[in-house]
Amino acid sequence: MKSDVNEEVEVSSYWNEPDAKGMFGAFGGQFVSETLMPLIFELQEAYAAACSDPDFKDEFEKLLTYYAGRPSKLYYAEKLSEYLGGARVYLKREDLNHTGSHKINNCLGQILLARRMRKTRVIAETGAGQHGVATATVSARFGFPCVIYMGEKDVERQKTNVVRMNLLGATVKPVLAGNKTLKDAMNEALRDWVSNVRNTYYLIGTVAGPHPYPKMVRDFQSVIGNEVYSQILEQEGRLPDMLIAAVGGGSNAIGLFYPFLNKKNIDIVGVEAGGLGLETLKHCASMTAGNPGVLHGNRTYLLQDEDGQIREGHSVSAGLDYPGVGPEHSWLKSIGRVQYVPVLDHEAVEAFQLLTRIEGIIPALESSHAIAEALKRAPKMSKNEILVVNLSGRGDKDIHIVGKLLDLNV
Amino acid sequence: MTTRIQQTFTTLKAEGRAALVTYMMAGDPNYEIALEIMKTLPQSGSDVIELGIPFSDPMADGPTIQAANLRALRNGQTLQKTINMLREFRENNTSTPVIMMGYYNPIYVYGVERFLENAKVAGVDGLLVVDLPPEMDQELCIPAKKAGINFIRLATPTTNDKRLHTILQNASGFIYYISLTGITGQTLTNMPDVITSVNRIKTYTNLPVSVGFGVKTKAQVEQVGQIADGVIVGTALVNAIAETFSGKGKIRKNSVKAVYDFVRELRSGLQSGV
Repeated sequence: MKSDVNEEVEVSSYWNEPDAKGMFGAFGGQFVSETLMPLIFELQEAYAAACSDPDFKDEFEKLLTYYAGRPSKLYYAEKLSEYLGGARVYLKREDLNHTGSHKINNCLGQILLARRMRKTRVIAETGAGQHGVATATVSARFGFPCVIYMGEKDVERQKTNVVRMNLLGATVKPVLAGNKTLKDAMNEALRDWVSNVRNTYYLIGTVAGPHPYPKMVRDFQSVIGNEVYSQILEQEGRLPDMLIAAVGGGSNAIGLFYPFLNKKNIDIVGVEAGGLGLETLKHCASMTAGNPGVLHGNRTYLLQDEDGQIREGHSVSAGLDYPGVGPEHSWLKSIGRVQYVPVLDHEAVEAFQLLTRIEGIIPALESSHAIAEALKRAPKMSKNEILVVNLSGRGDKDIHIVGKLLDLNV
Repeated sequence: MTTRIQQTFTTLKAEGRAALVTYMMAGDPNYEIALEIMKTLPQSGSDVIELGIPFSDPMADGPTIQAANLRALRNGQTLQKTINMLREFRENNTSTPVIMMGYYNPIYVYGVERFLENAKVAGVDGLLVVDLPPEMDQELCIPAKKAGINFIRLATPTTNDKRLHTILQNASGFIYYISLTGITGQTLTNMPDVITSVNRIKTYTNLPVSVGFGVKTKAQVEQVGQIADGVIVGTALVNAIAETFSGKGKIRKNSVKAVYDFVRELRSGLQSGV
């Protein structure tokens, strides 16, 4: 096992990770308490069996098509491209999926696994509430009782999603520990899981957690990139020059990036939450400004102090407010395949408004970070270059936050 | 090489009683009082000390120990200070085994080699790192063994025979049997299952087996002491400390005396047998 996080390696294919122990280079792994290990193995085996079961694949694909509404459109943002005067900008419209974000892709895959494993109860953590809503949705559809852990601060700032989850029959448990955001919700979900090991399926919403979650969630989300691959060939006759996606835990980003990783001439950019600025400590840019550490089952870049205590992050977007990141992103950063950059709160809010006004599309604040980066990059590209941005979710849930920031009467 | 942990369990076995293993959080409520508490533990009847390394995200702990982690951190405790505390303790005590217990990240960030070296010099006997299962043995377990430090393994109600084999491979010191599926601070209700599990583990290993999670009273210590080589008390002790100050952190009672009295009472549940 490679444990040197600074090791530079020449990579022939970016599709060989993780190894059997769940390591992406020096990142990832299975750092969990012993009580959970048998469950993790059970999940690993169940997932491997599902992958080689054509019925599973068939049911998953049917649900993606008829329930989630896939494939999501790849939209040529003509007005935005004209406005920026550079690259042709395409938006991958994950916001148009059922439940309003990419989160449904992973939830459908995992709920089928939960059923295969004969679990009788589903738990999940959520930040912005998008994953909570998607989990509550598939739990309703497949008849599972469902408990969603959500930091109290996020319960406050994402009230609409809390109501949606309640309507869908889920129990939302506000978490009072720590900074009362996503990290604390994940701690509490892990505590629930370890207490209810026999009947409970933990439906992790991002490409973090212990192996096999980072790989499994990536596989379920890769539908995004796979669709973009064929859609752009159909619409443009060639592959894009650049991909941009927002990175909190990193599931929408890895979903878009993964199928393109081996096309080395495509620039890939992950956008982290720069919050109020990296110099303020009020941000969530774990890769740009953090160090490798171990949290929530894997080794990855974390926001932490010199004693290894995890720092509280900040972002205007609840979905990016996590002091870690999926281990595959840490690996892609360490080998230089993907460039990770921060975007500030105010830049994201400006991008939110711009896209709303000139394309008539209201993006989630998470996705607005990716849009903001596109606003910087597209003008520097030539008119025949192609830029694809992952519009991971719709912004209805953020109307109140943005309204307040802009002093609108909400 | 025999460690203090092995010596202690061997001696107690000859005496015919189980070891009382007590957990405390380093730096709770602050460095000075925690050091005094640590010094008083052997005098009050504790045979083995588990010294908690505070961490911001104690995922396997219930509310009582979560709060202790945060109190210690708020009062400036660091891994370095925890090592220092152990060193100060060792100035007057060279016989009581001390196990440093916590989560991996503070050790990883401190640097594994540097940690093992400094902790060894300070007088550590064993390590118990909650989020390092056997799959991650290259990280710390194997380097610790090379440094002559025991690595305490956890077995749980979810551990089957096949898994037990894996757990025992690099285990040393003793086996920590977690009596229930859950976090620290819950209630022990399933004694018959615990007895079955402890006996099962003992058919696979000669290492002593200690039982923890949910042991809070003298009566429980007595009960568990009859079937295990060691009885571990954590949350109840942390709670006894917490009760000596008000919610705002003001000291109301003498924490050291409270711990002394409580541990003495627990220990009276363990009588030397035939």
